[in-house]
Amino acid sequence: MQGFRFNPTALPPEAEAARTRVRRFLAGELEAGTYAPHRSSWTTFDAGFSRRAGAAGLIGMTLPTRYGGQEQSDLARFVVTAELLAAGAPCFAHWVADRQSAPQILRHGSERARREILPPIARGECFFGIGMSEPDAGSDLAAVRTRAVRTDGGWLVTGSKIWTSNAHRVHYLIALVRTGDAGENRHGGLTQVIVDLSKPGVTVRPILNMAGHHEFNEVFFSDYLVPDDMVLGAEGQGWEIVTSELAFERSGPDRFLSDYPLLVELIDRVGPTPDARQAVEIGRLIAHLAPLMRMSRSVAGLLHQGQSPEVEAALVKDVGTAFEREVPEVARRLVPVEAEMDSGDDDAADRFADALAHTVLDAPAYTLRGGTREVMRGVIARGLGLR
Amino acid sequence: MESEVNSIDAQSRPAPEAEPDISAIVLEQADRLFHEHVTPAVQADADRSVWPTDLWRAVEEAGLTLALVPEHAGGFGLPPDDALRVIRRSAWAAAPIPLAETMVAAGLWSLTGGDVPEGSLTLGPVNQADAITAERRAGGWRLDGRVRRIPWGSAAGNVLLHAVSTDGEPLVALVPSDTLDWASRRNLADEPRDRLSLSGLDVRWDAVHPAPAACRDGFLPLGALIRSQQMVGALERALDHALLHAGERRQFGRSLSKFQAVQHMLAEAAGHFAAATAAADLAAAEWSAAGGLEAGAEAVAELAFPIAVAKARTGEAAGIVAAIVHQVHGAMGFTQEHPLHYSTRRLWSWRDEFGGESHWQAEIGRLVCSRGGAALWERLAT
Ligand SMILES: Cc1cc2nc3c(=O)[nH]c(=O)nc-3n(C[C@H](O)[C@H](O)[C@H](O)COP(=O)(O)OP(=O)(O)OC[C@H]3O[C@@H](n4cnc5c(N)ncnc54)[C@H](O)[C@@H]3O)c2cc1C
Repeated sequence: MQGFRFNPTALPPEAEAARTRVRRFLAGELEAGTYAPHRSSWTTFDAGFSRRAGAAGLIGMTLPTRYGGQEQSDLARFVVTAELLAAGAPCFAHWVADRQSAPQILRHGSERARREILPPIARGECFFGIGMSEPDAGSDLAAVRTRAVRTDGGWLVTGSKIWTSNAHRVHYLIALVRTGDAGENRHGGLTQVIVDLSKPGVTVRPILNMAGHHEFNEVFFSDYLVPDDMVLGAEGQGWEIVTSELAFERSGPDRFLSDYPLLVELIDRVGPTPDARQAVEIGRLIAHLAPLMRMSRSVAGLLHQGQSPEVEAALVKDVGTAFEREVPEVARRLVPVEAEMDSGDDDAADRFADALAHTVLDAPAYTLRGGTREVMRGVIARGLGLR
Repeated sequence: MESEVNSIDAQSRPAPEAEPDISAIVLEQADRLFHEHVTPAVQADADRSVWPTDLWRAVEEAGLTLALVPEHAGGFGLPPDDALRVIRRSAWAAAPIPLAETMVAAGLWSLTGGDVPEGSLTLGPVNQADAITAERRAGGWRLDGRVRRIPWGSAAGNVLLHAVSTDGEPLVALVPSDTLDWASRRNLADEPRDRLSLSGLDVRWDAVHPAPAACRDGFLPLGALIRSQQMVGALERALDHALLHAGERRQFGRSLSKFQAVQHMLAEAAGHFAAATAAADLAAAEWSAAGGLEAGAEAVAELAFPIAVAKARTGEAAGIVAAIVHQVHGAMGFTQEHPLHYSTRRLWSWRDEFGGESHWQAEIGRLVCSRGGAALWERLAT
């Protein structure tokens, strides 16, 4: 077998210190009742929560201090994100900026972009969205058609993006746009740009999801001006950059802990003396989860070394999201209950029904967003030398 | 190519660069040895109960059987996780020998102060339903009980038996197998899994020692630990076969590897392999950190979780991956001629031995539920 690089990765002492910090912060939030874990997840948007998390030093931790960060390792960040996820914290406001936009801007952004954007990200005041997908470019991301043409001091962007989560409530997007010919391998002529949503030339139209929530959007560009210093990397380098961004996007614990609060509610609902079937099924889920933690931590270690573990990230996402999708199915098999929206949080039964309802409606997205299961399998197959 | 995955852990250890990496050397030596001695003829003969004399001699001469016996006791004294890596490599090669059983039995016996005899060793009982009782007699002990499926059984030189004395003390006894009453049985891979009947077997007092903490309650956890490592080796080999076949076999004018359906099957298998490897690594690392066979009672209790995770996850992967690799091989993989079955028949046997998935999943489930939802995170996070 060609080796996957899932090296055992020890946590540095600073990671344990970060764990203490995030736990103290979360205990305060729970005590103040700022959110209900069984009804929220990392895709719950709460700007106030994110601001407080930023003030507590939990965002942009890996950034250099001169850009508002703490120069901590990706492993410390791994610990913080895992703790936030396990607590069901509402992180969506800052999640994308912290996970992928900030590292991208640090690596590929201009000095102005770094100075203007990174410090407010780290303070939990500046939020990002992802402008990759388009109506005709879903899994086939290289098919993006949104065009940028040269103008004085920058680029004029025209076209549209779709499924853009949070575009109506974040400050910036990083968008993948076409600046030249695709070339034979179809990966040429693409460039990543930072889009300031407060500027003219960009409009956002809501798309409600099936639960009736306004989470994603369509975004339209018409001669939107991207100044040269808001371009990431070089012109035409977009594919390469977006690929390394996806390693950040796909490998984290958000690819297998999205519904962790439901697993916790399930265990409490079943109680301390499970019957044989409950014990087996719960045990099976945990036997899946424990190695995923180890795999994801290994990828954090590789990211920290500056590597771009595309295949390992795809493995974490494929195996991780398969696990996430099983949790609600197992839960409802073990505790027959009719899932109920917002049934309250008076007792374990209510919390369980509520967590189940939210998870069932969320779960289909797990194996779509960030690249579908089938696309992950294609990446893995390439890693195996099959294509 | 094949050694890549299992040598990963070795590479990434924060080894000072100048020092020679002992574990890498040992693994390379083991790989070479298995490559030379685990020939098609040896494998076919082993299926017909022919003991692989040359292979075993080479393994003994390389010191591998004493990997878990400390140097001061005359052993090889490998770090415990390195010993497990050797076990993975032997399983990759489908070496038809009780190397893992010998390593563990030798390590345990030496830990009790016993002298480790030459030749192969095995251990039993291997499941919860079987037990041996020991009654004190003048000059020694009298052992009673029936034990099913002892790995290699009569083919091994000596058997380390776990017994409980009439006053409840856990013991281990080392008994030459040719003094025992065996009925021959085999698993799906034609590995001996013999049935032992003890009716009033008298053994000398110095053949019986108090059981060390690692096997106070029997051999189930240690057996699950080694089978999970073996399954990682066999999973890797099965995938190696499938990748090779998918590249070579052509249909519809293309190699199988160009069909997306085949690519996705193999990608799914690779995901299970990666997760199973991580689970087995987790158990190996925690076991090694706890001192391996020398782990104390408290550490042994803590090891129940990672070992259960490893056996449950590798066992589940075994079934899924075996099904996929056979699908990819078509009829060729269903033949005796093609070597795929040396890996898959082992996977199908090993996943059941020393507790199948449901046994270990239930262990995890009961443990986790008894502590409540909030306590789970601590076990996962660190
Ligand atoms: C909740 C949610 C939030 C999202 N947020 C964002 C966001 O913020 N920004 C953003 O840019 N995008 C976002 N997306 C879009 C997401 O990245 C796409 O949905 C995804 O890449 C798939 O594209 P698609 O929906 O067009 O499906 P398609 O590409 O049309 O795929 C449909 C089906 O066909 C399969 N398929 C497609 N091509 C192949 C192939 N070559 N081989 C085998 N099977 C194939 C797919 O796997 C899938 O099962 C979000 C999606 C969801 C569900």
